[in-house]
Amino acid sequence: MTYIPHSPQERDEMLAAIGVKSLEDLFKDIPARHRFPKLDLPPALTEMEAAAELGELSTGNENVRTDLVSFLGAGAYNHYIPAAVDHILRRGEFYTAYTPYQPEISQGTLQAIFEYQSLICALTGMEVSNASHYDGATAVAEAANMAYAQFRGKRKRVVISPTVHPQYRETMRTYIQGMGLELAGDDPKANRSTERSRRSLDAGPEALEGLVDENTALVIVQYPDFFGRVYDFTRIIELAHGKGALVCVAANPTALALFKTPGEMGADIVVGEGQPLGIPLSFGGPYLGFFTTRKQYIHKMAGRLVGETVDNRGQRAFVLTLTAREQHIKRERAISNICSNQGLMALAAAVYLSLLGQTGLRQVAELCYHKAHYTAEKISKVKGYSLCFEAPFFHEFSVCCPRPVAEINETLLEHGFLGGYDLGQDYSSLKDHMLIAVTEMNTKDEIDGLVDVLAEVNHD
Amino acid sequence: MNIPTNLKFTKTDEWFDPATGAMGLSDYAQGQLSDIVFVEIVVGVGETVASGKAIASVESVKAAAETYASANGKVVAVNEDLSGNPEVLNKDPYGQGWMVKVEGADASGLMDAAAYTKYCEERAH
Amino acid sequence: MTEPTIYELSSPGRTGVTFPDPDVPRTKLPQNLLRKDLPLPELAEVDVVRHYVNLSKYNYSVDGGFYPLGSCTMKYNPKINEDTARLPGFAFTHPLQPIETVQGNLALMYTLQEWLKEISGFAAITLQPAAGAHGELTGVLIMRAYHKDRGDVKRVKMLIPDSAHGTNPASSAMSSLEVVQVPSDARGNVDLTALKAACDDTTVGLMLTNPNTLGLFDEHLEQVIEIVHDCGGLVYGDGANLNALLGILRPGDVGFDVMHYNLHKTFSTPHGGGGPGSGPVGVTEKLADFLPAPLVGIIEESVDDEPPLFGFVTPKKTIGRVKAFHGHFGMLVRAYTYIAMHGPEGLRQISEYAVLNANYIKARLKGVYTVPFDRICMHEFVAEGQWADAPGIRALDVAKRLMDYDFHPPTNYFPLIVHEALMIEPTETENKGTLDAFADALIRIADEAKTTPNLLHEAPHKTPFGRMDEVKAARELVLCCWLPEDYGK
Repeated sequence: MTYIPHSPQERDEMLAAIGVKSLEDLFKDIPARHRFPKLDLPPALTEMEAAAELGELSTGNENVRTDLVSFLGAGAYNHYIPAAVDHILRRGEFYTAYTPYQPEISQGTLQAIFEYQSLICALTGMEVSNASHYDGATAVAEAANMAYAQFRGKRKRVVISPTVHPQYRETMRTYIQGMGLELAGDDPKANRSTERSRRSLDAGPEALEGLVDENTALVIVQYPDFFGRVYDFTRIIELAHGKGALVCVAANPTALALFKTPGEMGADIVVGEGQPLGIPLSFGGPYLGFFTTRKQYIHKMAGRLVGETVDNRGQRAFVLTLTAREQHIKRERAISNICSNQGLMALAAAVYLSLLGQTGLRQVAELCYHKAHYTAEKISKVKGYSLCFEAPFFHEFSVCCPRPVAEINETLLEHGFLGGYDLGQDYSSLKDHMLIAVTEMNTKDEIDGLVDVLAEVNHD
Repeated sequence: MNIPTNLKFTKTDEWFDPATGAMGLSDYAQGQLSDIVFVEIVVGVGETVASGKAIASVESVKAAAETYASANGKVVAVNEDLSGNPEVLNKDPYGQGWMVKVEGADASGLMDAAAYTKYCEERAH
Repeated sequence: MTEPTIYELSSPGRTGVTFPDPDVPRTKLPQNLLRKDLPLPELAEVDVVRHYVNLSKYNYSVDGGFYPLGSCTMKYNPKINEDTARLPGFAFTHPLQPIETVQGNLALMYTLQEWLKEISGFAAITLQPAAGAHGELTGVLIMRAYHKDRGDVKRVKMLIPDSAHGTNPASSAMSSLEVVQVPSDARGNVDLTALKAACDDTTVGLMLTNPNTLGLFDEHLEQVIEIVHDCGGLVYGDGANLNALLGILRPGDVGFDVMHYNLHKTFSTPHGGGGPGSGPVGVTEKLADFLPAPLVGIIEESVDDEPPLFGFVTPKKTIGRVKAFHGHFGMLVRAYTYIAMHGPEGLRQISEYAVLNANYIKARLKGVYTVPFDRICMHEFVAEGQWADAPGIRALDVAKRLMDYDFHPPTNYFPLIVHEALMIEPTETENKGTLDAFADALIRIADEAKTTPNLLHEAPHKTPFGRMDEVKAARELVLCCWLPEDYGK
């Protein structure tokens, strides 16, 4: 009986105390013809056997630490995770604890989340952070939800840049099904017109200006954008505010170590994917959606919130606060149905940021920046390849290739490299465009190796 | 419990002052909610409200509730001071805790203070 | 004794984990785009580690003790799951790698899809939703899309029992549906008369938690489902209480059309202090086309001894994706490990002993605590934390006093239909000794409530922290531990 501690004698004593004869008697309410189905599942493995089976499954993959040299980003990044992060995450007091609804015995979780909130505010330049959403994509969707609630449904347009991550925009579309919200700026059908969409993709945030009107609740941009480009959004934010609209910036947290914060630019909501902060790639999840805003909007923000207070012994302490916003109290009037947060992932980010501090995080960001620019410089000198855009970039950039990206990546794979993302998959006007990401994990030798293979591909 | 005799009341615990056109939530309501931490008036000056339409959203430490218009009418004033001082709703629900003032309202169909007192007594458990 | 915050421990000039100088030439930074300062703390690694170790000491956890939280299923979190999830072959794979390089991951996801379908009797499933509430939103959107696809645009109302968890109506509202509450009858079942009256051609469906949040299996389950189907509606199963049904009943067999699973409840993935969870959604054949994209499917069938090629498939009428990438893969590995180690008999034992444990505690408390619906319960039950001869004592006081006995309190004030509710779910991984100690503590507290009520009113006394000033927390919002003007002083 895996993990079940009862002896047959104890079981019988308990049945007697309840007043039934057998375990089966406890299930009399179950409709007889469906009761006790035979499940067609493999027989139980012992721990030793399960470890072997999972081990074997895991070796059916090629991973980016021991098998492949990765230059793939597009929303998930291969960063170094300091050893101490996992050691702390593995403490049972943290990972087997529940949501801190009983603050007297949950100060570990509560204070850790309060510190996480503080660290995220420091990074984004914003006034208040919640305890996190599921990921960057759902955080963007919740920003739209929040803006809709802020205007009490009177403004129905959300302007979203086509250079926001394609999967974030897809998630938005799913969330706003039937909300009566109109999305402008990224018409999925627009990709048919190669020239028009190419023009809108070439431009920076100014391409959105004409779309912002008095019916706009929210403008959403990404920083750096999906193509890796860094823009100052101050102007579009001012313009949007002039029309009474809010602005949400979806930001990369590592980039925020170097670049001007969206808070400084005047953003109302800053969200993003926190995976780069000490969370392994793990084939896409669990990740971390950070969500920040300004104090004036706090009552329209969804998600858990930890606040400081005192206990009845005069000690400083922390507690979940403004809980009446949430679904367990507001039910159908809640702004969002969100119940949980990414607790342990928020802890990972807090530990990572605490371990690196301002010095370490800046070092990581600068390494990413210099290595990416070195890579871009070298690639641009290879015949047939060029950098597609001129705007400044952080650690990702788009390369216009002489051959289809899929072909190039196949060759790269044969040489042990995981190539960049094929932008043509999502943007029909960007065929043969590869999005390459470089982090502190990529050495000069690996970068030179990549460039050699790219050159080789063009010679065939 | 405070139930001023000059006011009229709804079954959903709102009050209405026929003399001034002001409305808000009753002492019983604020007691049920306990410590109020947030209030948002959701109608603006010039808007017409119908009885039963939400005029405010109220949140306390442990609960949330909508406050509904106790009478029909056109909104002529909104209490701007409430959002910065939600605790006023607990301390002075009938005075400084007024939420909106309407004109052209018809208070028939509302309970008077005596009827509301009886209603509250019957509900207590 | 409180632990300082990470900012209070910070000291200028300290460094923790540092990185090498660039091994490539530096490129000039774009000066006009840079931030001026980065107000993150400065600590050495030992200080950071001590800080978090000290914080951890203030936490109650499953690894530390019993957590009888109703509807949360706080069962033991197996350690092997933590190891398998961290295998480099899983942990260091990028979600956008070519499928040929991640066949191990895809095989695991495909197999888990098959297993979860088998466990609950569904034809198709998505592993993408990140949590239970996320799964509910997904399921509700699927129901909506199904009706819309049939041209049935009148259906805009979701029926929800008054005992439901808040995420049910919230998820419906997020999908722009109107919520219609259905009352429970005197025995804790869905009131059939009220249900019949509410069902019509404007009904999208019914969201049903079964066993319900009172821990009771609906005595008219098949009738409830029939009534909803008869008016053309669908039945959504909130799978939060699946721990009572493994190998006992498959919701798909009895007529549920769509159901979400909580891997962090039933399938032992850890709660992490609030998350991450995972909320797969299973559906019947007729709803399969509407599942979120992408799902894991077989791209090329197996030939001879070669395994099949797994990849991603998009359902024909998909509602779209509900988050980026594929779902909480790390939690899927843990759930896979768990199911592999139980097999069909082991799964049934989980539910048998979960139900045994709950009924045992209920039997021990008989005559001391009022249990409003006195029937054999499933994996949890609700007791009242109040007594006529203990005026002024409420469930909250009982809960706080339990902490002095080293127990985490049960769920408080939910479901809303029982006054001063204490929802108790022991799970199957607790031994008889623990259950007896818990029952003994509750019985003592019931006595204290009448003889020395102040012990309860002022509880907890023995924990590191006492009751919190929640009014202060809400009225004087302090949500951040650093202020720009104070930083660096």
